[in-house]
Amino acid sequence: MAHVAPPAGAPASGDAARKRGLVGYLLLAPAGLWLSLFFIVPMISLISTSLYDPSGSLETGYQMTGHVQNYATVLQEYDSQLLRSFLYAGLATFFCMLLGFPLAYAIAFKAGKWKNLLLVAVIAPFFTSFLIRTLAWQLILSDQGWVTQTFNALYLTDLFAALGLTEQGSLLYSPLAVVTGLTYNFLPFMVLPLYASLEKIDPRLHEAGADLYASPFTTFRKVTLPLALPGLVAGTLLTFIPAAGDFINAQLLGNTQTTMIGTVIQKLFDGGSYPEASALSVVLMVIIVVLVLFYIRRAGTEDLV
Amino acid sequence: MTQPGDVQDPPQAAEGGSDLVLQGVTKRFGDFVAVDDLDLTVPQGAFFALLGPSGCGKTTTLRMVAGLEVPTVGTIHIGGQDISHLKPYKRPVNTVFQSYALFPHLTIFENVAFGLRRQKKSDVERQVDEMLELVELTPMASRKPGQLSGGQQQRVALARALINRPQVLLLDEPLGALDLKLRRQMQIELKRIQTEVGITFVHVTHDQEEAMTMADTVAVMNAGIIEQMGAPKELYEHPRTTFAANFLGQSNLVRGTVGGGDGSNVTIDAHGARLVCPRDRAPAGISEVWVGIRPEKVFLAGAGTETADGSNLMRGGVVTDVSFIGVSTQYLTRLPWGQELMIFEQNSGARESFRVGDPVDLHWLPEHTFLLDAAQDASAGVEIEGED
Repeated sequence: MAHVAPPAGAPASGDAARKRGLVGYLLLAPAGLWLSLFFIVPMISLISTSLYDPSGSLETGYQMTGHVQNYATVLQEYDSQLLRSFLYAGLATFFCMLLGFPLAYAIAFKAGKWKNLLLVAVIAPFFTSFLIRTLAWQLILSDQGWVTQTFNALYLTDLFAALGLTEQGSLLYSPLAVVTGLTYNFLPFMVLPLYASLEKIDPRLHEAGADLYASPFTTFRKVTLPLALPGLVAGTLLTFIPAAGDFINAQLLGNTQTTMIGTVIQKLFDGGSYPEASALSVVLMVIIVVLVLFYIRRAGTEDLV
Repeated sequence: MTQPGDVQDPPQAAEGGSDLVLQGVTKRFGDFVAVDDLDLTVPQGAFFALLGPSGCGKTTTLRMVAGLEVPTVGTIHIGGQDISHLKPYKRPVNTVFQSYALFPHLTIFENVAFGLRRQKKSDVERQVDEMLELVELTPMASRKPGQLSGGQQQRVALARALINRPQVLLLDEPLGALDLKLRRQMQIELKRIQTEVGITFVHVTHDQEEAMTMADTVAVMNAGIIEQMGAPKELYEHPRTTFAANFLGQSNLVRGTVGGGDGSNVTIDAHGARLVCPRDRAPAGISEVWVGIRPEKVFLAGAGTETADGSNLMRGGVVTDVSFIGVSTQYLTRLPWGQELMIFEQNSGARESFRVGDPVDLHWLPEHTFLLDAAQDASAGVEIEGED
């Protein structure tokens, strides 16, 4: 039909295209302005701060000396906290996956009329503040609490202590408590994208798998899992990245031996050591970006529909 | 396929080949009876169609054969082996699903190879290549299902099932999502492939034309039971229930009373007209009947025209509607007792067509007449056919 249109229509449609382009820019403008003001500018400021001479202070002011040694210093000084952060974040992500996949699967395929209610239940914790929910875990895991008592009675606390996960006879203020808190806090970020992916899978594909000689497990491995991969990748990223930088859980549920990098950065800023704090922030960011790029490559999301 | 001489074969299997046999199969969903005490034998190598309106239980029957539903009561055998409670992935049966259910994340090649890979078959590459050749999709092997047209996806679904050489191939409304022209083409294609591979096809459809074009045996299903089963021609020419008469094509049903007859014919009084019907086309021992005649078997003549001796004749009709549809003209004619009958007439040009209001007589050959028990609902199976 298009080729029958009179040539007089051409300039008009050109105008329309230009108008559409303009509307696109206008729609982008608020977010673009916001990002450049509150992301790009602070980022430049952060990177330049990380290169200040650390001998200065807030009172005397800092000298911009291109002090790259800041990076070496923080890497040497805080390498164990960095490692621990990624270990804890990795563990929390793993447990979120372990808990979240069956949950998302059940909501997507088995919940029937309970689907919406269950989804609300997944999001419900967000109605309370992050801080309060984490503080609640202090009560749950406290030495007098029934959880610790029960675990004690079952000798599980002894087992955890023997494995170095907790102190003898208690659960709180331990690596176990920190990872538990992280898992709890970031679980919805795993469940929701996973659910979104699983929900789109046509249940008849499971029947087709069964019809084509695939056992339920094989059908899961060859059909469900590959189709859920985009959700799984999104879920792990949404869990791992904030968990790696989190400082609330380590601070409220951990001890001095469980300090994560977020806590270190926060303490350095509080203590006025701006160059080190900035350098450490940049290190954390770079490592996460590299890990994520590597991970997305490996997950092969470009293969997905 | 099993050789008749194989020693390990149970004797029953050797006799029955790989016949699909359903015995007393009932499926209930809560209070709803989807399939009611169904007995059915599909001979090996047959192209069998289950025809019926939506909700008649045909898809449920198919799913029970596939193993996707478990019968509430009854057994299903293939070649003497009881498969009623076998898991779907252990049955020698494959399905072409309605709207295909292709794996969207796999290429066409891998979709077709799926079944073979699960069975750890060797020589997968060659077999898939051959199968893609058969369905003429070789150039599409590395594409994803989303990049294919409906007709191509349909052929992938067929190839994916067929490559496993099942003893029975199940097709659930396989052409339902295609447009009319493509459907015609695929009907011929499916029939060709079935003849070529010789596998038993069980085909579920609500499209009577599709069922008649492809299948060598059609079972008309309604409300969980099989109303009538037979070759398409037999079903069409001699329906035994009002449902079959109306669902498979269209029928004129006129109320009448059997009033005697001789050895080979029965005579019927229908609103004063004396009609004749061969005895083998009439149910025995029933006097209140529906006299049935297909619209294309009825001839129209101007009122009072002499007709051949022995024809069934009904006088006093008035044309109430004329639809010209190219190859034929469809008339509605009102008879003196108020009923309207349908007549299809070829546009052979032998005579001017009638107009609305013309007085006409209707006549047809006695051997085209069929009788049905008047206890049945004359409108059973009407209208449902058009729904899609």
